[in-house]
Amino acid sequence: MSFRLFTFAAPVRFHALTGVLLPWLWAATLLLSAAGLYIGFFVAPTDATQGDAYRIIFIHVPAAWMSMLLYLVMAFWAVIGWAFKARLASMVARAVAPTGAMFTVVALWTGALWGQPTWGTWWVWDARLTSELILLFLYLGYMALVAAIDDTRRADQAGALLAAVGAVNVPIIYFSVRWWNTLHQGATIKATAAPSMASTMLCAMLLMTLAFWAYAFAVVFMRSRAIVLERERSADWVQALVKTTGDAA
Amino acid sequence: MNNVFMANVFVAVVLRDLRLAWRRRIDALLPVAFFVVAASLFPIGVGPEAQMLARIASGVVWVCALFAAMLSLGSMYAGDHADGTLEQMLLSPEPAWSVALAKALAHWLVTGLPLVAVTPLLCLLFGVPADALGMVTLTLLLGTPILSLLGGLGAALTLGLRSGAVLLILLILPLCIPALIFGTGAVAAVDAGQSAGGHLSLLGALLIFSVLGAPPATAAALRIATE
Amino acid sequence: MLSNPLLTVRQLACRRGDRVLFRELQFDLHAGQILWLRGRNGCGKTSLLRILAGLSPPEAGVVQQAGRPAYLAHSNALKDDLSVLESLQFLACLHGAPASAAACADGLRRVGLHDRRNAPVRTLSQGQRRRVALSRLFMQTAARVWILDEPFDALDSDAVTTLDHALQAHARTGGAVVLTSHLELTVHDPLPTRLQLDQLARA
Repeated sequence: MSFRLFTFAAPVRFHALTGVLLPWLWAATLLLSAAGLYIGFFVAPTDATQGDAYRIIFIHVPAAWMSMLLYLVMAFWAVIGWAFKARLASMVARAVAPTGAMFTVVALWTGALWGQPTWGTWWVWDARLTSELILLFLYLGYMALVAAIDDTRRADQAGALLAAVGAVNVPIIYFSVRWWNTLHQGATIKATAAPSMASTMLCAMLLMTLAFWAYAFAVVFMRSRAIVLERERSADWVQALVKTTGDAA
Repeated sequence: MNNVFMANVFVAVVLRDLRLAWRRRIDALLPVAFFVVAASLFPIGVGPEAQMLARIASGVVWVCALFAAMLSLGSMYAGDHADGTLEQMLLSPEPAWSVALAKALAHWLVTGLPLVAVTPLLCLLFGVPADALGMVTLTLLLGTPILSLLGGLGAALTLGLRSGAVLLILLILPLCIPALIFGTGAVAAVDAGQSAGGHLSLLGALLIFSVLGAPPATAAALRIATE
Repeated sequence: MLSNPLLTVRQLACRRGDRVLFRELQFDLHAGQILWLRGRNGCGKTSLLRILAGLSPPEAGVVQQAGRPAYLAHSNALKDDLSVLESLQFLACLHGAPASAAACADGLRRVGLHDRRNAPVRTLSQGQRRRVALSRLFMQTAARVWILDEPFDALDSDAVTTLDHALQAHARTGGAVVLTSHLELTVHDPLPTRLQLDQLARA
């Protein structure tokens, strides 16, 4: 498996492979999210206490999972790129960041939408939402740092170090925010609790998570392809590609 | 013999930074002035009601100390980078993490410690009772070194960048949130008549973690920035 | 009787930003040799010196040397707010040279700045600051390879003579020097070997 992975570590093969995969990934995204949303919004039963408002969790929870997971993915590839001087790994890490940040924003926004009918306010400082907010700051910090450094190699390396430091700190931050939240429990802030899961609800959650995964792959691949073309623009295969697409146009 | 040498360079870096700060002592004390001014804005902004001020005091003092400590971070490595001293430091047989630790220590002595010294005064302005006042000061005594250590990492990452100063603050502040939580939590425990031991232990653990982890990371960042 | 080289460079490539400045650079530096690195502006002389000093990793290739070189950059590594003596003591301490006030005062005597030792660096001219930086270099007696980036910059004729003598003495005692200089070198013994970077290792 690892041997096959390394053969696609060359930017040109990566570009070719992802080009083939992209239509399938988009198809998977559409199908899975259609199925997941249908089950979540129409098939799953109405909750006894929260009514129909709870259905937003079928977007909120998968988005939150993706936001946390993508941070680790980003940090992983960035460190691989730094440690092994693997250019493609660094490019992929940079491509992951905006998507991870987007999922964080979706999680925050849907969290607010969930909180509004339940608690009457658009924002509550519960442990989960506060942690998501801090995660958003970490993403934005990474994106700001790599954008501020002109030299590509220095930007990749500094970003990798920052992402690694962030990844190490994420458990510490989560723990401290949960601690903080339980301390201030008395101030009427309780975490918005998901209703106990019927099997249809779990099914919808799973489908939406898979849909978000497919979406993330698709978008990250698209962004990576653009970064590859830009960084490798002096390479022969890119020149040839530009020429053939120019001829075809 | 090597260990003696190491201690020499470490001490030399600290003493040199202290000496440089002393020669520009007005500049060195600006963060302390900011600390007092910024904290004083809160009663003006939220009203002088005594009970509320006493309740928000630990949070306000901690956050203002965070901002004040961050103010002088931009210049931690900038001067040395500009005149070539940083390169010589990196070429020294002395390991770079030792230099990074020395710079953080010097920053804390010049900026952090004066902030801690002024904290009791600020607490009095907010009407904080005596036992909580002692706890605020103690938590900042443990917390400001963490800020200097993490700040050194941020300064090294953003070395030489145009928007470096603000970017540095944005990068480091989220990482300081656990220290903020445990520091203010300790004061809240004292206020509620409970033991602050748990919070202080966690804060101490963060400090140890930073002392062990931040200097090597800062050394790596310095090499990245000077390549 | 060619002894082992003090410094060997094999297949060295250097990249700055998107440009490869040079590749497949290869040379040896022997004891007693002065290597004069030449080339037009921007061809990578400073980048090469930084790679040799160990500050930057090369894009490709390998640099081998025994022990740490002494490196003199374009900038002098002196702090405006410190006195000359304090600055020199700090730099000497950094590199493991004797850093006592007496040792550094001697070092300053050698470059003719002993009487300015307590003056703030801020008050010195460019040439005087360069001389202080040189005295730091001379105090790094453990270093067998000297890597010097435009060491003759801003020096007056007396200081040039001092530096020439120091280069000769260093070579005579088994050391080696790599330097850049846009002016014609006045040291003749040993006669500097020239390395034309932009012609030898074209990218």
